[in-house]
Amino acid sequence: MLPEFELLMPLTLPEALDWLAAGAPAVTPLAGGTSLLVDMRGGSSRPGVLMDVAGLDELHGIRQEDGHVVVGSGVTIAELLDDPLIAQYASVLRQAATSFANPLVRNRATLGGNLAYGSPAADTAPPLLVLGAEVELASQAGTRRVPLEDFWVGVRQTIRRPDELLTSIRWPVPSPDSASAFCKLALRKADAISVVNAAVMVEYFETRFFPENLVSFAPAPMCRHVRIALGAVAPRPLRARAAEDILRNRPLTPAAIAEAARLAADATSCIDDVRGSAGYRRRVTEVLVRRLLSDIIRNQVFS
Amino acid sequence: MQLKLVTLNVNGRKHYVALPPNVTLLQALRDLGYTDVKNGCEKGDCGACAVLLNGQAVNSCLVLAWQADQSEIVTNAGLGTMDHPHPLQEAFADTGAVQCGYCTPGMIVAARALLDRNPHPSEDEIRAAISGNLCRCTGYGQIIKAVQMAADEK
Repeated sequence: MLPEFELLMPLTLPEALDWLAAGAPAVTPLAGGTSLLVDMRGGSSRPGVLMDVAGLDELHGIRQEDGHVVVGSGVTIAELLDDPLIAQYASVLRQAATSFANPLVRNRATLGGNLAYGSPAADTAPPLLVLGAEVELASQAGTRRVPLEDFWVGVRQTIRRPDELLTSIRWPVPSPDSASAFCKLALRKADAISVVNAAVMVEYFETRFFPENLVSFAPAPMCRHVRIALGAVAPRPLRARAAEDILRNRPLTPAAIAEAARLAADATSCIDDVRGSAGYRRRVTEVLVRRLLSDIIRNQVFS
Repeated sequence: MQLKLVTLNVNGRKHYVALPPNVTLLQALRDLGYTDVKNGCEKGDCGACAVLLNGQAVNSCLVLAWQADQSEIVTNAGLGTMDHPHPLQEAFADTGAVQCGYCTPGMIVAARALLDRNPHPSEDEIRAAISGNLCRCTGYGQIIKAVQMAADEK
């Protein structure tokens, strides 16, 4: 049984923002319910007032605007999987959506909900971080855009004010000279919270050849810059800046990749929990980052 | 406590029920007599409660009945009858994909959602489509065969 609560069902976004602006009692937005209702069933969350935002038309839709892809916060993970703009301009996000929970949950869980819930293991976080995403927060007072990197301030803690609603997520259309990838390590093939997840986006120019050993050369793209994002290894999803810095304007040789992977592991502050130990997560971070960068090289050079 | 008159169209039949906010679609359906919708975990992990909500397979335990107001819901029982079973229901029975039967309604709903979009799925696609439905009895082998058999029949 779910505990008792009051449920508001606004028909429009302005109506929803009015409810949030009223201030007291505090209103908790409810979208797909795939995280919030589970917490309420389990007793770890007891909001007095919920507000259903899943039905708000203004939070739906995926469009291209001013060189950006804009996704309504109410778009479901299943809708991301079906959308051609996402396939074309955010394949890294699509990859994450493919392994997100399971198909039944994907039909209800929303992109905005996954971000606003604030789990450090959110699978949509690393892809959106490497895409350079911003979130739009709306209130009766107006709207503001915040880089996604600044959105989370701790475990389950975001800078969303109680009178605000996360209305959309946007990112610049990636350069055609970029490649990206996502991967997650989990204890099951599906329906599993990530033990470690990571995403990488490389913007590269030309491929040069570098000595691999005494007798052969190997191709390596020249990296203009790279973005590396990690999840489930810190209180919030984060970018591994030091790892990114050493790859800027450098060839992506195996040695460079290995160094970046080590720095990425250094950027973590893992904890022990039911899914894995801190040491294991740290080690796996290094492996996943190395694999992601190596796979991108292999696919770019030989495809 | 707020009460709302919720309209649920279940397997082609309209129901009008006065419900408080904290009733899930799962509870509402079972209270209306649709006990083929099973309660396995009530937290979206097992898929036993899966129904089609406006054509999409969802865990009914994670949908509030108020959120399903005016929606079309199809449960396993709505897919076929004893006299005219759905090809999936026949296939599940024929391949031995049903042991205790508890996961079966949810499995069939998930499989039906798959076949609606992808009439000839590969084995990997079937596995992905039922990845939200747990079965403790069969080991999934016969279930996958059943979905393939139903797909071939159509």
